[in-house]
Amino acid sequence: MYEMRLSELRRYSTIIRKHIIEEVYHAASGHPGGSLSCADIITVLYFDEMRVDAKNPGWEDRDRFVLSKGHCSPALYGALAEKGFFPKEELLRFRHIDSYLEGHPSMKMVPGVDMSTGSLGQGISAAVGMAIAGKLDKKDYYVYVLLGDGEIQEGQVWEALMSAAHYKLNNLIAFLDHNRLQIDGNITEVLSPEPVEEKFRAFGWEVINIDGHDHEQIINAIRKAKTVVDKPVMIVADTIKGKGVSFMENNADWHGSPPNKEQRDKAIAELDKLLAEMEGR
Amino acid sequence: MQKKIPTREAYGNTLAEIGCDERIVVMDADLSKSTKTVIFKEKYPERFFNMGIAEANMMSAAAGIASCGKIVFASTFAMFASGRAFEQVRNSICYPQLDVKIGASHSGITVGEDGASHQTIEDIAIMRVLPNMTVVSPADAVEARFATIAAYKTPGPFYLRLTRLAVPVIFDETYKFELGKGVTLKEGNDVTIIATGFMVSKSLEAVDILKQEGINVRLINIHTIKPIDKDIIIKAAKETGAIVTCEEHSVMGGLGSAVAEVLVENYPVPMKRVGIMDKFGKSGKPDELLEMYGLTPKDIVENVKELLKKR
Repeated sequence: MYEMRLSELRRYSTIIRKHIIEEVYHAASGHPGGSLSCADIITVLYFDEMRVDAKNPGWEDRDRFVLSKGHCSPALYGALAEKGFFPKEELLRFRHIDSYLEGHPSMKMVPGVDMSTGSLGQGISAAVGMAIAGKLDKKDYYVYVLLGDGEIQEGQVWEALMSAAHYKLNNLIAFLDHNRLQIDGNITEVLSPEPVEEKFRAFGWEVINIDGHDHEQIINAIRKAKTVVDKPVMIVADTIKGKGVSFMENNADWHGSPPNKEQRDKAIAELDKLLAEMEGR
Repeated sequence: MQKKIPTREAYGNTLAEIGCDERIVVMDADLSKSTKTVIFKEKYPERFFNMGIAEANMMSAAAGIASCGKIVFASTFAMFASGRAFEQVRNSICYPQLDVKIGASHSGITVGEDGASHQTIEDIAIMRVLPNMTVVSPADAVEARFATIAAYKTPGPFYLRLTRLAVPVIFDETYKFELGKGVTLKEGNDVTIIATGFMVSKSLEAVDILKQEGINVRLINIHTIKPIDKDIIIKAAKETGAIVTCEEHSVMGGLGSAVAEVLVENYPVPMKRVGIMDKFGKSGKPDELLEMYGLTPKDIVENVKELLKKR
């Protein structure tokens, strides 16, 4: 049973990766690399963990998700479309003038988006606010937030981390998409945020380190995070930028560049092959 | 002697007054004793959050709280609310149109001794260009109370510009405040003074001086800088033919610019802007600064006369 659940999640991740490629290809712009690296985390959240209702996106008791690295909207949109928040056809109009799928998520426009993000560092603060509101209202929802490892160079992130620990927000679970690449290159060469785990601990967070592409580890980390009573939890997820598309993996050039037709075909073929293997075809 | 109260004090008292609504949450960035949110804190400690000296985080966190159905008042000095946290106000609050009300105290040069680093003379300009933002600059404590209530009752982002200095109370409780509507305080047909904030009381003095010299001035109080009351401005231009604006803010981008924008597109008339002339403030007593920067009733009188000479 558990194996079936895991294989189903792996299948969803691959479908979301296909959406990412199609969205960015049809938009002829966007951010495939970081979207692919966080696809497994977003899959587990939306298809295994979070209490959400596609028919009632504003449900006040829902779990919240804030994509603090808002440029990875293709991954979030792929998951939301698969969950039924909006038609999948809309994904092909990502970033188009007549679509609500903005380059960076807008909570006013996209059903299922809990916070408008895009300017790095602000999403984690908004998530802190949502967690404070949850405590105030004595609600049992969780707030999940996904940060990029380049993003944490923003000073605001550390202000937010400090405030989350101060207010003992154990209803806040953050993920660091630790793919080690940002637009200009390796994070340690651009401006090193390392050692990240020690820093998060020093800021009063519980830290769990996992392989961010292993669905079982993601599930177990969330389960463990929910047992922490007096702290927010940071799940440091080791990931590969561009994960799942061979020629995009570990290459910062795919941070914000769309594939051309040939590259799109190659990527889709790789992902289709993976899907066929999963389905035992 | 006229009673004087800082508008920030009226703000803090009003927060405590409306705080019975459990949707209200108040945040501050280590300045609660200065912004007077401490008055709310004492009454409703469970709904008060001190976010420390971290204004960027406070603004985005306020947005997160507001997204959960709360009405959040986030307070700090105008410098940090409009300057330090500008982009958080823009992207976390205004873009998603969330119910965050920014109580920005210590605006203008009357901050006094703290000097230029804390004297915000750009905030009206910065805040009024933001889509979805309402900007209000109350003239006295009575108006500040009404403005705070308006912020509470009006959906969406709101910027309240407040003073550190105790300013003369010019209205009484019978005063009718309507968001977005200018108020004619003196009738006259020779020239119009349009003032906002603390400069309304200075303009009242100027009107009296001018009256003794036979010049009948119309005085309009524009508390709501955005959305601005176009009708009252155009009407004044048509009926008095000349306008002097008056604000404790840079002459660029503030009330003067907002009024000029209305006039050039509708009914251009000769105009002069009294305000801070593109320079930083400095340390000193508020009265000394008002004199040094040309914001006294005498300065207003001179500007009116110069404008009338040119007409």
